[in-house]
Amino acid sequence: MEKFLNKDGKVIVMNLVKTIQENKDYLSEVDGLIGDGDHGINMNKGFTICGERLKDTDTNLSESLRTLGRVLLTEIGGSMGPLYGTFFNRMARKCKDAEKIDKAVFRDMLNEALAGVSELGNAKVGDKTLMDVLIPATEAYNKALNENKGFPGALEDMKAAAKSGMESTRDMVAKVGRASRLGERSRGVLDAGAVSCCLIVTSMADSIVQLLGN
Amino acid sequence: MQRIINKPDMVVEDMLKGFVKAHGDILAATSNPRVLKFKDAPVEGKVGVVTGGGSGHKPAFIGYIGKNLCDAVAVGEVFSSPTAQAFYDAFREADSGRGVACLYGNYAGDNMNVKMAVELAADDGIEVKTVVANDDVASAPKDELHKRRGVAGEVLMWKIGGAKAALGGSLDEVIATAQKAIDNTRSVGIGLTPCTIPAVGHPNFEIKPGTMEVGIGHHGEPGVEICELKSAKEMAKMMVDIVVPDLPFVDGDDVAVIVSGLGATPVMELYILYDEIEKLLAEKGIRVYKAFVGNYFTSLEMMGATFTAMKLDDELKQLLDLEANSMGLKVFGK
Repeated sequence: MEKFLNKDGKVIVMNLVKTIQENKDYLSEVDGLIGDGDHGINMNKGFTICGERLKDTDTNLSESLRTLGRVLLTEIGGSMGPLYGTFFNRMARKCKDAEKIDKAVFRDMLNEALAGVSELGNAKVGDKTLMDVLIPATEAYNKALNENKGFPGALEDMKAAAKSGMESTRDMVAKVGRASRLGERSRGVLDAGAVSCCLIVTSMADSIVQLLGN
Repeated sequence: MQRIINKPDMVVEDMLKGFVKAHGDILAATSNPRVLKFKDAPVEGKVGVVTGGGSGHKPAFIGYIGKNLCDAVAVGEVFSSPTAQAFYDAFREADSGRGVACLYGNYAGDNMNVKMAVELAADDGIEVKTVVANDDVASAPKDELHKRRGVAGEVLMWKIGGAKAALGGSLDEVIATAQKAIDNTRSVGIGLTPCTIPAVGHPNFEIKPGTMEVGIGHHGEPGVEICELKSAKEMAKMMVDIVVPDLPFVDGDDVAVIVSGLGATPVMELYILYDEIEKLLAEKGIRVYKAFVGNYFTSLEMMGATFTAMKLDDELKQLLDLEANSMGLKVFGK
């Protein structure tokens, strides 16, 4: 299958909630090395609130993404609240009128989300942030579509690029955000935002592949 | 952790309840649990003054709500920026129709959330302008001023901006004056012990016993030098040698000084440090016009202190002397 129904897509967001909950301690641990160690706590708080709100509802993918985005924006704060809040809000906006989500709709969602985060954060590839995952992942997905790969194949390419993007942050010196004050001392450690972004991109890809298989 | 808390995840909520009860003569809760306001806000005919930031810096930020100071403050989690929603709600609470000056510190999260909140407010026809404090000398070189963090100098920015607004200044005047205040302000910190975010449960950085970290940030951001623990006299010299040449402060200058504890240093020791700092300044011909010594901007239970100096002209002196009443800062006028 090359598409799934918007109304069946809530599971994508519920799986994101589960992924963040399961990695709460890991994210805080990574953040603790060069940040202040609360990344997992804040992410878990936001995603859990969203999970609670969606639990007994019959929402579709775009509504579920919008709920997640709004919770992060209005209740989490920090840097990750606005960045991921904007990410999911923009995704929601791009699929709100789509009954079926195919690879082209998802491309629009992904690129719109990237645009929103870029406007807000001003970080580039190489700055040791979540952009080191999001930019290559989006580019890999776009490239796969240009090469006429199918939806699942493009998602696999996106996942692989996210993973290597995350790994690339290990050798970087942070240029923006709190870790940037560390200079050389930030080298040798993964960026916590890149790690959570990789988890998010990977979880979304896996959930979609599963939906396509049904 | 040797702490007086109930649930580590609820320290901000629990603290706010006590704060509002204790200081109900000055401030009030609002419909957003993460926004407190001056009890008389919005003050008719006055530009609103708003700030906000992560928790754990008491008295900052809510301790500077009050008469001729801040009208509303957005409250974040410990060491984490308030939400855009909280900043936006604070703007609404503070706005009397003459616009809002949002005076806050230079941190990535605060920059993003304020930016989003300013857009939300613009949709409602509330004009908001900002000043971003960057007084921490040790956080970036002088040619990268825009990267420097805001620290205890923010208190002077609020005092000056708040006074300008109270005297009837327009939004542009309040912004220009607050900007002038922070442009003339420099700070540096020395940390002696690390601090622990309650929900994390352990310190995420280390300062070995017998050492100190010069230039440390308000969240434990690394400083410029780790060295053996020194005497108050030597600490004062290191601090003065970082702060004075950076602006620079020169012979004949009048300054306002803040010596603030970082949370766990006894106030007694802050006066020992202040005495040494004042002597060094006097030797350079720099006169302390007004001094504030105490816990003005802290970092949970970190031990250590910050030294802040603001170069004064006649306008800044007049604004500094204007009566003000808040939990964290009281000025009785001249």
